[in-house]
Formats: sequence, structure tokens, C-alpha cells
Amino acid sequence: MNSPSTQFVSSRRMGVYDPLQQINMWGESLKSNVNLTASIPLIDEADIKFDSQSEDASHGMLGTNNKYDQEASKPIDKIQRRLAQNREAARKSRLRKKAYVQQLESSRLKLMQLEQELERARQQGMYVGGGLDTNHLGFAGPINSGITTFEMEYGHWVEKQNSQILELRNALNSHIGDLELRILVDDMMNHYSEIFRMKSAAAKADVFYVMSGMWKTTAERFFLWIGGFRPSELLKVLLPLIEPLTEQQRLDVCNLGQSCQQAEDALSQGMEKLQQTLADSIAAGQLMEGSYIPQMATAIEKLEALVSFVNQADHLRKETLQQMSRILTIRQAARSLLALGEYFQRLRALSSLWSNRPREPA
Amino acid sequence: MEKVTRLASERGVVIFTKSSCCLCYAVKILFQELGVNPTVHEIDKDTEGREMEKAIARLGCSAPIPVVYIGGKLVGSTNEVMSLHLSGSLIPLLKPYSATLS
Repeated sequence: MNSPSTQFVSSRRMGVYDPLQQINMWGESLKSNVNLTASIPLIDEADIKFDSQSEDASHGMLGTNNKYDQEASKPIDKIQRRLAQNREAARKSRLRKKAYVQQLESSRLKLMQLEQELERARQQGMYVGGGLDTNHLGFAGPINSGITTFEMEYGHWVEKQNSQILELRNALNSHIGDLELRILVDDMMNHYSEIFRMKSAAAKADVFYVMSGMWKTTAERFFLWIGGFRPSELLKVLLPLIEPLTEQQRLDVCNLGQSCQQAEDALSQGMEKLQQTLADSIAAGQLMEGSYIPQMATAIEKLEALVSFVNQADHLRKETLQQMSRILTIRQAARSLLALGEYFQRLRALSSLWSNRPREPA
Repeated sequence: MEKVTRLASERGVVIFTKSSCCLCYAVKILFQELGVNPTVHEIDKDTEGREMEKAIARLGCSAPIPVVYIGGKLVGSTNEVMSLHLSGSLIPLLKPYSATLS
């Protein structure tokens, strides 16, 4: 039985201290656990949570007196315990939600990375996961910023190349003057110089990436020679497309092709020598010894020589293009650059068609 | 450095290389393919190799080695040799020193 004084004390205690504090806490836990779009009077909700047995659940503070009368009949520590349990439950709920959100965020990042990788692999016509920088366990190695930069720049380079090809085609079809044509030709030549400069930087970052032509499409990679196209082959492809030529021009182009071939042979033999000396230095000493650190040091020196080979091959490509433009008239040079650009566009298209071709179900 | 210039003038086609350098080997192969037998000096095997290397670096070629002299005159490194060859100017330089070209 509650004496009036006890009732007064307990209701005051609850009316002034606990329920207010509890209302705040419920409001807080509600905000974090429930999406409150409408503004629900906190006191009403608190009332409902506070005492599910309450009859007057929606009449603000005025109704609490009734409720407190009923509550006052329960032992106070039971109520305290329930309040504490509720606080604890709310806290745990908030922590769980935080952990869940963090997990979602990291999964989202991982998904973005996987999508990028997949896109890159599709463009190159490779199986996913068979790509760059795999160590012996087959996982992708640490990201190489020099290569990431290169790949990004290469995307822009191809876009600009495509628009230059379009411009050149339109110009040749519209019979513009030699002076304007020269500007377009020079632009394209400079653009090729740009890719060679980019490749040189990429070779310093990861020479194997450049040697393997990783940024190229599959069909382009089929024709790979020391990290790029073979200049003498390209001359053979382009020659019939730039006819008619004068006798002198035909002779000059022929000689250029032959010099190119000889230079390529010399570089190829140098590469073979490099492979041989690398194999020798790795195998030096007794195999099956278990320790091979001195061999690794020598081998690494040899690998650094690869960079100079890649640069030399690119120098050969650049020189071949420049010699071509010297031998030919401006109009012939424009036609040959257009043919060259279109040739690579077709190779890229072929790679795309190949990787998207319908396959027989296994 | 006088040793370098002396060796360079001794023969028609002289290449300064290092024994481990495969690009030097490629340049040698190119000359042989053009019918010339170049005289190769491996500066890493020479007692005065360090000074020779410094002297060669001062010549200002595109790369320190290989360095090519034809008829006692400096031609340059791999870049210069390749450019000359593609422009058709290398073979005329080699003609006096080649059995097959002249």
C-alpha cells in the first residue's frame, strides 16, 4: 500500500528526474534505431515504452500521474533494472548498426575495385584475374602508381588519336590545302611522340608491363615486338596504301624498310643475349643449394638493361615514322598516317569482336 | 682522354662497350650485318676503364655506352647509330671499311 508521502516522493522522483532522463534516452535510441521521418512527440513514445500496460498512453505529462500511480506500486529497483536493460539494449543496437554500416562501406569499395579490374580485363580480352603484377601466389601485387597513371593517360591518348583520325579523314576527303594538312600531320606525329614519352616513363615504373604490352588489346599484343609494333612490318602494310609513288620514293621506302629490318634484327639478337645471360646468372653456382641471393643481385642488374631495350625499340619506331614523313609528300604522309591509325583501330575492333564472340557451351 | 682518342683512331670502326652490356652487343651485330668487323674495346676489362668511362661520358652522347667512332670521328651511341642507319647515312660512312659494301 502506498502512503501518500511515498506516492508523492516516487512520483516526484519519476516525474522530475527519471522519466525526463528516460524520455531523452528513448528519444536518442529511437533516432538511431528508427528512421523517424515524422516528428513523433517523444513523450508519447516514451510513455508507450515506459509502461506498456498504461491505459493513457497519449496524453502528455498530464497522463503520467495516473501511470506513475500504477508504476509506483511496482518495486522501484525492477523498474531501474528494466531502464538499465533498455539502455544497454539501445547501446548494443547502436554498435551493431555502426559495425554493419562500416562493413557495407568496405564492401562497396571492394566492389568498385573489382568492377574496375573487370572492365580493364574485358578491354584487354583477358580472363579476369590473370592480369597485372601477379606474384607467385597469383594475387594482384601492390598498385603501381606509375602504371596507373600510364593506363589513365593511355585512355585519353586513344580518344585523342581517334578524333585526330576522324579529322584527318575529313580533311583528305574535303581536299584542303597542303598547309592545313601539314598542321594535321604534325599534330599526329607529335601525338605519337607523346605515347613514346609515356611508355618511357612507364618502363621505368614497370618494364615487364611495357615489354608485355599489357595496355594493348589482345590482337595488338599478337604482333608485339619489344613492347610495341614492329616498324618494318608496318611499312610493308602501309606501302601499297600510299601509291602512287615516284621511283625515287619507292627506292627510299624500300631502303628504309631494309634498314629497319636490320636494326630490328640487331636488337632482337641483343634481347636473346640478355635472356641468355639472365638465365646463366640465375643458374650460377650450384642449383639445389637453397640460397640464391647473390644470383638475384646479378639478375636484377640484367633486368634493368631491359629498360634501355624498350627505349631503343621505341626510338626505332619514332625514327621510322619521321623518315616516312621525310620521304613522302605531305598528302602521301597524311594518307599513310590515316592508314596507320585505321589499322590499329581495326586491330582493336578485332580484339573486341573476338572477346565477345558467342562461344559453344562447354 | 687521349687513350680513348688514340684507340678510336687506330681502326676504321671502333666501339667502346662493357662486357655485360647487351645493347652494345646489338650494335656490334648491326655492324657485322652491314659487312663491317668493328674493333670492340670493353672498358670494364681495361685497367684505365674508370677514366675512360668518365671521358666518354663527357662526350655528351645519348647514352654512356656503347660509343661508336668511324674513321676516328665520333658518331655517338645507339640512338645516333640507329638514326643514321634509317636515314641511309650509315652505310656511306662504313663503305671505306667494309669488304662487302664497297
